[in-house]
Amino acid sequence: MYDITLIVNGVPREARVPARRLLSDCLRHDLGLTGTHVGCEHGVCGACTVLLDGEPVRSCLTFAVTVDGREITTVEGLATGGRLSPVQRAFAECHGLQCGFCTPGFLCTTTAFLRENPAPTDEEVLEGISGNLCRCTGYQNIVKSVHRAAELLAEEPS
Amino acid sequence: MKPPPFDYHAPTSVREAVEVLAEVGAHGKVLAGGQSLIPLLNMRIAAPAHLVDINRVAGLGEIRTDATGVRVGALVRHAAVERSAAASLAQPLLRQALKLVAHPVIRNRGTIVGSLVHADPAAELPAVLALLGGSVRLASTTGEREVAAADFFTGPMESATRPGELAVSAFFPAWDGGTKFLEVARRHGDYAMAGVAAAVRLDEDLRVTAAKVACVSVGPAPVVVDVTAACGGRPVASVEWGSVVAAVQDRIEPEADIHATADYRRHLTGVLVERAIKAAADV
Ligand SMILES: Cc1cc2nc3c(=O)[nH]c(=O)nc-3n(C[C@H](O)[C@H](O)[C@H](O)COP(=O)(O)OP(=O)(O)OC[C@H]3O[C@@H](n4cnc5c(N)ncnc54)[C@H](O)[C@@H]3O)c2cc1C
Ligand code: FES
Ligand code: FES
Repeated sequence: MYDITLIVNGVPREARVPARRLLSDCLRHDLGLTGTHVGCEHGVCGACTVLLDGEPVRSCLTFAVTVDGREITTVEGLATGGRLSPVQRAFAECHGLQCGFCTPGFLCTTTAFLRENPAPTDEEVLEGISGNLCRCTGYQNIVKSVHRAAELLAEEPS
Repeated sequence: MKPPPFDYHAPTSVREAVEVLAEVGAHGKVLAGGQSLIPLLNMRIAAPAHLVDINRVAGLGEIRTDATGVRVGALVRHAAVERSAAASLAQPLLRQALKLVAHPVIRNRGTIVGSLVHADPAAELPAVLALLGGSVRLASTTGEREVAAADFFTGPMESATRPGELAVSAFFPAWDGGTKFLEVARRHGDYAMAGVAAAVRLDEDLRVTAAKVACVSVGPAPVVVDVTAACGGRPVASVEWGSVVAAVQDRIEPEADIHATADYRRHLTGVLVERAIKAAADV
């Protein structure tokens, strides 16, 4: 067993885990943060995407011990002071979710994507979210949400 | 599913890493980006007794670029090379290929060297290394050896890396000419049903003086074919594509699977060979 500390959403969190504990399971089971969803554990669906030092990664393809001491942002950490982040508000406004299973992954992916590319074209949006699967929406409203999020972010830079 | 249990090692230097690897021998696996290994563990296709996590090893994160080419250390992520202007300038084929590897999020963790050692016959980077005649540097407790691409890819998911060896870097030589990587996949980011990397050189009258291709997903390892002779020393506009395509199709050994029939892969490879050579010449 390994004693590790992860800085999750700005707060140092300690856990005692076996080496084979996936980061996704560490977040969900050891730390009780069930916002990060697990679909496939093959890296295909993107539901488990979190930010590692600000960069989106698959938490199901990362061992918790490997990222001991690093900063993790999960969907629970996107809102500030009880107010949804611009990306979250855009998804709500544009109906970018139905069942919500894929949503944490889309929100984390989009948050990082717009940081790197604040005014993406349609094609760039499609490439940016191509690694995330959604079985409900048909993607049209997700693409709209990403563009809307870019507008909201431009209006209120934080 | 969840990974089977294993003993975990987290060395912080190359020396420490190769010592652990020597100790655990064939029971050990290196963990780099984990983007191929962890799915295999989760699916219980692989169950190594020991994992040697190299993510904390110092000195493996460097991209070194000069006129001769690009050398990438074992901890250089796909995304880092994709973003590197210097690497793209020295060898544009790297960025062209990386755009086709999985999705941006996977490329944030996956390593270039890991893709090479993994040696998936459908993967793009082994084809790039093979086409350019690059090499991989392997370290062990007894020293280092540099293995040429032609000897490195020994079969499907098999490389010349021996138990106890750590791949420390890979070298992608520059190419004095044009390049292009094209592929056809069912969906963006999926492994290709067929893919072709091309490198072309023209003389002042735009005649083809050198042309070669590396094909993915149509053999146990990347299939490199020199088609200079088949191009007949002509300008690209008047090359007889039928004979170029035939020269490549003679050499590939496509197999059928759930994604495509062998004939379809053979057809796609032919179409992509012509397109990739034309595009590589168009710069
Ligand atoms: C959804 C998805 C889609 C993908 N699509 C593509 C694609 O289209 N094209 C493609 O090429 N790849 C694709 N991949 C695979 C991805 O590119 C992997 O990141 C890459 O193949 C392996 O690099 P890694 O650093 O993650 O290696 P790991 O997964 O850590 O290791 C892979 C293998 O190489 C060995 N290894 C790694 N580094 C070393 C080293 N330095 N020395 C000795 N042995 C080593 C490991 O022991 C293991 O056997 C995809 C992956 C996923 C999850
Ligand atoms: S659960 Fe990680 S990608 Fe599907
Ligand atoms: S909203 Fe249901 S999977 Fe995307």
